[in-house]
Amino acid sequence: MIFNVKIIFVTAALFIITFSGQGYAAGGSNTGDYKMVHKQWQFNGAFGTYDKASAQRGYQVYREVCSSCHQLKHLSFRHLGDQGAPFYDERYPNPNDNPLVKNFAADWSIESIDGETGDILDRPGVPADKFPAIYPNDAAARASNGGGLPPDLSVIVSARNGGADYIYNLLLAYEAEMPKDMVMGPGLSYNPVMDGGAIAMVAPLSEDLVEYADGTKATVEQMAADVTEFLAWSSDPKMEQRKSTGLMTMLYLTILAILLWFSYKRVWKDVEH
Amino acid sequence: MSGHPSTYEPKYAATKWLDTRLPIVRMGADFMTFPSPRNLNYWYTFGGILTLCLASQIITGIILAMHYVPHVDLAFDSVQRIRRDVPFGWLLQPMHAVGASMFFLAVYVHMFRGLYYGSYKAPREVLWIIGCLIYLIMMATGFLGYTLPWGQMSFWGATVITGFFGAVPVVGESLQQWLLGGYAVDNATLNRFFALHYLLPFVIAGLVGLHVWALHHVGQNNPIGITTKTKQDTLSFHPYYTIKDGFAVVVFLLIFAFFIFYQPDALGHADNYIEADALKTPPHIVPEWYFLPFYAILRAVPDKLLGIVLMLGAIVVLFVLPWLDTSKVRSMRFRPVAKWFFWIFLFFCFILGWCGAETPDNIAIPFGVDAAGQVRGLNFTWLSRIATIYYFAYFVLILPILGLVETPKDRPDSITKAVLGDTKHTAILPAE
Repeated sequence: MIFNVKIIFVTAALFIITFSGQGYAAGGSNTGDYKMVHKQWQFNGAFGTYDKASAQRGYQVYREVCSSCHQLKHLSFRHLGDQGAPFYDERYPNPNDNPLVKNFAADWSIESIDGETGDILDRPGVPADKFPAIYPNDAAARASNGGGLPPDLSVIVSARNGGADYIYNLLLAYEAEMPKDMVMGPGLSYNPVMDGGAIAMVAPLSEDLVEYADGTKATVEQMAADVTEFLAWSSDPKMEQRKSTGLMTMLYLTILAILLWFSYKRVWKDVEH
Repeated sequence: MSGHPSTYEPKYAATKWLDTRLPIVRMGADFMTFPSPRNLNYWYTFGGILTLCLASQIITGIILAMHYVPHVDLAFDSVQRIRRDVPFGWLLQPMHAVGASMFFLAVYVHMFRGLYYGSYKAPREVLWIIGCLIYLIMMATGFLGYTLPWGQMSFWGATVITGFFGAVPVVGESLQQWLLGGYAVDNATLNRFFALHYLLPFVIAGLVGLHVWALHHVGQNNPIGITTKTKQDTLSFHPYYTIKDGFAVVVFLLIFAFFIFYQPDALGHADNYIEADALKTPPHIVPEWYFLPFYAILRAVPDKLLGIVLMLGAIVVLFVLPWLDTSKVRSMRFRPVAKWFFWIFLFFCFILGWCGAETPDNIAIPFGVDAAGQVRGLNFTWLSRIATIYYFAYFVLILPILGLVETPKDRPDSITKAVLGDTKHTAILPAE
């Protein structure tokens, strides 16, 4: 054989990564002179896990800041207490029993139907409820936001090239100086991370906007990192499970491959080929 | 399966009874003892790998179909629900999505192996054509399946691909509407795409049956392309190739598992995590990586219809390849000139893939900077034109002409001689 099979496998793998590389080209080409900060997230890498304390603070930022416009429509409150989630507590394997989760749910008001009368009423949320919609419909959302539609945030980190780095930088890039020849439309802010440089969201974070219970200083960078950590979890909630299963699977397959290699050598021992 | 005399002897009364009525155990036994050339290398393990890919896609696909909802308002949410709430959905969904890529990776290796060793030549033309059919239906299935998650790339990919049919003269528009079930990609389209995506894998499975039948009728080709002549040229499929295939399958699974567990999104597009929106076109509509070379051929010409003709032609030409290649020598090992043209062909297939992923007007190979400070050079449109020309020239010019003018190297008389040299003919059979 001219080429080693393993080399070909690796080449092929590189080939598909290269052609799918567009999905990995962080930030896109419209960032101009703005330098994206590549943060060392704790969830990066084969053994990375979510920074639970950061993600918990991130939920607070979401609740107190982002949730005035952005929904988390694919999440239920109970997800917050799942294994691998920010508020997981091993004393409550069923997240519906987790008192923190119950409190978070009760903090939201959920539109519901009275079973007796059929009237529409508001009741406090329970862990099984989904995160409610912020606006009654898209038109209402646009009307409240100068024509811009605040995107759902449940899969936002997966839905942007650059992933967590994109979201983190987007939240920080408001401080960048606008090029002199650029004209900003009404209701738009300059943000070099956004495609085209204009964003309908006004700078959402400012120093000490929230008060963290754990005493962490609420700088803009801190809040941006925390909410990104939370949203990264929300986009890929089973990541920790996937990586730990992956490790065992890879180990198992490696051992199996070695055993099969020796079996193969043994079966073919006396055979010229 | 035919091709070699059956050595199966039913041992029990029940198997004897069954054997005279439906010799299904005999078929399995003959399959396992099928005499395979003794010199098959690892490139020949991809048939087994592909069988595994098909089985994996069908099993994960059926389970996903139990949880997926083919409705424009619910499809995207149901995929999220599978990943978040369905037991092991977080594993099954990436297995199916990554599995499609791995399936295509394996089929491309399998096809290039066939091209290199001349596995399409007599008497294997029908075997090759069935393979081409399988590949064609795989492409259809892959495209239909990519529509189902109903993300932005699903929707706009489906819009672009079905738009091709609109370019057909006279009947194009009605054909497109018939396919879509309306004037645009919508719920009717999603429903029929789901139905067909569920159907086609079983068509593939049927064709795989025919493919294996044809293979066992004519016998496997091998790296030197010399037909097996004696018993010494062959080994029983089991245990020799079951163990070799088994090892290769596990190595393949390691790569598969790496993507599932550590890079589940590397082969997809971020845009497909945004729910389909008919009013918002993504800035770059790019197909999945396994369609990129054909996408580059499509965009290589300015005329839409001609582009489609070329793209389809790039696949159709594979069907007639057995009659285009005039050389009687199967393996490129004995074709010193053709071998080089083959590697250049492979190179240009990669180039086409690269072109398909890039914006056509961008510069692929910069030559320098002009007076205005703009980078000059070969853009992707022209690079894909060069590669497209070579792609077709390889099949319709190079292979037909080379077969007539090339002097092949001396070939061994038999596989046995190739393996052992001319001297020792003893001790080639394994000790029983």
